[in-house]
Amino acid sequence: MGLRVKIKKVVNGFSLDAEWEIGNELAVLFGRSGAGKTLTLQMIAGLLSPDQGFIHLDERSFFDSSSGRNLPPQERSCGYVFQDLALFPHMTIRENILYGAHGLSKIEREQQAGNMIEKFRIAGLEKKYPSEISGGQKQRVALARALIRKPDVLLLDEPFSALDNPLRAEMQYFLKQIRWEFPIPIVFVTHDVLEAYAMADKIIIYANGSVAQAGTPKEVFTNPASKEVEQLVNTRDRLIQSVESLPCMSKF
Amino acid sequence: MDNSLFFSLKLSVQVAAIATLFVIIIGLSAAYILARKNFPGKELLDILLTLPLVLPPTVTGYYLIVLFGRNGLLGRHLYDWTGWSIMFTWYAAVLASFVVALPLMVKIARAAIESVDENLIRASYTIGHSEYWTALKVILPLARKGIIAGTILSFARAMGEFGATLMVAGNIPGRTNTMPLAIYSAAASGDRTQATIMVIVFTLICGLFLYAANKLSRRIL
Repeated sequence: MGLRVKIKKVVNGFSLDAEWEIGNELAVLFGRSGAGKTLTLQMIAGLLSPDQGFIHLDERSFFDSSSGRNLPPQERSCGYVFQDLALFPHMTIRENILYGAHGLSKIEREQQAGNMIEKFRIAGLEKKYPSEISGGQKQRVALARALIRKPDVLLLDEPFSALDNPLRAEMQYFLKQIRWEFPIPIVFVTHDVLEAYAMADKIIIYANGSVAQAGTPKEVFTNPASKEVEQLVNTRDRLIQSVESLPCMSKF
Repeated sequence: MDNSLFFSLKLSVQVAAIATLFVIIIGLSAAYILARKNFPGKELLDILLTLPLVLPPTVTGYYLIVLFGRNGLLGRHLYDWTGWSIMFTWYAAVLASFVVALPLMVKIARAAIESVDENLIRASYTIGHSEYWTALKVILPLARKGIIAGTILSFARAMGEFGATLMVAGNIPGRTNTMPLAIYSAAASGDRTQATIMVIVFTLICGLFLYAANKLSRRIL
């Protein structure tokens, strides 16, 4: 049960070879940029095909190289929140959310849209266009659009990376609140160690195109399986590093 | 005199409008396929569709004769089957205008479709919408500036079409002589008055068309 992924893929000289399994929990794919996290999400959603392996959700098979099965993205029922959110600029907020309600009847769509607008605190913005609302509001619209048709799995690709810190914390809290209403596997990609720790039921650490360690945040942070993982999750060193890399520090 | 002017003007607008309709349907489909699909011979198809933009219209017209003439590669079969040939009918004028106007739509619409953010298309697919629905609701609306520009330019090119039309539709008074052809006849036969009137009327009509097109597209965009 849950989401089981075993994939191999070579793109532009980068080689990804990852295997993991999660239940109806929030799993964080954590690693440096270019470690293959987004690539993994794209393959789960069917936007890209692995060279080899399988992707199973519960008893359904999305992809299986041994049987040649490869469902198109339309048939996978994945809610996908893109890093740039990918809200349709020519549609109002309401139209964006309704567009996500594929496969529902007209009455259901209207009803669900009303629910989502309330739940995601979008009321009052329905008639605006994406360019007219704030970053945090856009995040909530993107989440609402991805969740309105009750997908079987939710994929989040660094959804909060464009937000400043207070808003980011607010959105993390918001996601933690609403996720219990959607008992599905959630895959959350981030390269921010604090965000990974704060959000994860389970952390899957990506390094150089493979899974370096997987476990609860506590397990991974207290018992890093390798030097590499230790470097990745060592918050004190990472904090010093990131502070030192601030432009204002170079003057001293 | 006024009757023949009116006929030519009406024929010009009719030919250009129908040719543009075909340009929208076929040019837009071709632009979409060239922008979004990969297949062997893709760039060859692009070159084939663009060539009429580069070639002198007489050369394009000659190819059309070779293809659609009574003894042409395709026209022969049509003639054997129906006893009818498109040559020297106003349909041939539509065909000529269509072929020379098509590249403008294909080029501009292709670029517009290619510039639509790939993530928006992916988002639509993951939501569960088919490729057709995504094209209709996401890609074409976001590429509309290019599509409108392509439509206006295609219509303008079709209105001004001369060379290829002369080759395949001839210049038959009261049947296939569009404005540009009628103006050529009048000027060639030394009828300066008639030519001047036609030139002024045609210029005004084309100017009016561009004004309306600009106004309309500003409202849509």
